[in-house]
Amino acid sequence: MQQILQFIIKNSTRLLFLLLLGISLVLTIQSHSFHRSKVVSSANFVTGGVYDKMNNVREYFGLRQQNEELARENAVLRGLLFDRQDSAKPPAIDSIKGISKNNLIVSKVIHNSYHVYENYITLNSGSKDGIKPDMGVINSSGLIGIVDKVSKNYATVQSILNIRSSINAKIKKSNHFGSLIWNGKNTGYVQLIDVPRLASVRKGDTIVTGGQSTIFPENIGIGTIDKIYIDNVTHYYTINVKLFNDMTNLGYVYVIKSPAREEFLQLEKETRGEHRDTK
Amino acid sequence: MSTAILSNIFRFFLLLAAQVVLFNNMTLFELSTPYPYLLFILLYPVDGNKLALIGSAFLLGITMDMFCNSGGVHAAACLVLAYIRPAIFKFSFGLSYEYQTIRINDVLTPERFSFILLAVVVHHLILFVLEIFRFAVWAILLRTVTGTIYTILVCILLIYLFKPGKR
Repeated sequence: MQQILQFIIKNSTRLLFLLLLGISLVLTIQSHSFHRSKVVSSANFVTGGVYDKMNNVREYFGLRQQNEELARENAVLRGLLFDRQDSAKPPAIDSIKGISKNNLIVSKVIHNSYHVYENYITLNSGSKDGIKPDMGVINSSGLIGIVDKVSKNYATVQSILNIRSSINAKIKKSNHFGSLIWNGKNTGYVQLIDVPRLASVRKGDTIVTGGQSTIFPENIGIGTIDKIYIDNVTHYYTINVKLFNDMTNLGYVYVIKSPAREEFLQLEKETRGEHRDTK
Repeated sequence: MSTAILSNIFRFFLLLAAQVVLFNNMTLFELSTPYPYLLFILLYPVDGNKLALIGSAFLLGITMDMFCNSGGVHAAACLVLAYIRPAIFKFSFGLSYEYQTIRINDVLTPERFSFILLAVVVHHLILFVLEIFRFAVWAILLRTVTGTIYTILVCILLIYLFKPGKR
């Protein structure tokens, strides 16, 4: 017994070393063998507290980066919020006849004026999205206007509530054509002029876009007949049209690409050229 | 004697804190981190209690392991270094080292440098062998060599920084 004690005291350094080395090797091997079963880890009170304090200090060095990241994230989230379509009112793209989905550019009205004689609407997409001047703009309930000027990211639209606008339109029932203008008085009404007296018009009849325009496809709704006058000078009908659209409250709109338009214009130009040559 | 104990305890905590707060974040090229905390074992008095050295080295290493989440890697490396420290002393300063008054934290001489170098190489070799724990010779060697250079630089800088001033 005494000898054992003496041996222990004599070799105490070595024994302690071996004991502790054994412990540390066991811990090492354990940490390598078993996933997530570390006995000695930084998830305790002391080390966790120290790391918490260190992180408190370190956070100050990354404030600018954090701010930038948050701003970027805000922008993304805001974008999602703005782009979100009301799920209760899905856009009725497919319900408009004669327009395929591929020929529509969805855009959003970011500025809308309706209180002056020459009203323009600003959209938040431009040439980047494929918008070109003289494209038609509609929304799910009807006609809105024609693209006027295009920049890279924005486009202005000449609203139908513009005294300079003149759009070919017809009475749906009888196919009699006229020009759609605005007299600048009421935002809910536009005027269809130059409708021949032969046409049978009745209050409540629907006015749609005519097929003579290359900007709009045929049969896009505009409004219903509200009042019928006979013009004193020309003796044509002037029809007051109540718009389907509430032009003071516009959200998402569709810009109509018209692939046939260039071909159409080219053909017209050639035809005119030939006529001039023959004369 | 009590001042020596106190200064050693103070050094223990100071080096540990510096290692955890500062040097663990000084990783270069995602490859080598300086471990100047082992200066505690190097600067421990030559004639000090060996049991206390082994025990404190284990404590130092196991605390480092807690902070690094590395099992018992640092503890094993520190223990081995503390245990073979007399042998390194003997190799660097000659057989009669126990009767000399050796001061490690003084002007750098070839003996002192060889002592520090050997100690750091031993510590790092064990550390990285246990940490990598595979038969990846080149990875272990690369880490040992770069880590040794880095640690020695930091250690020498620290020694010169805290060298007791001569009057």
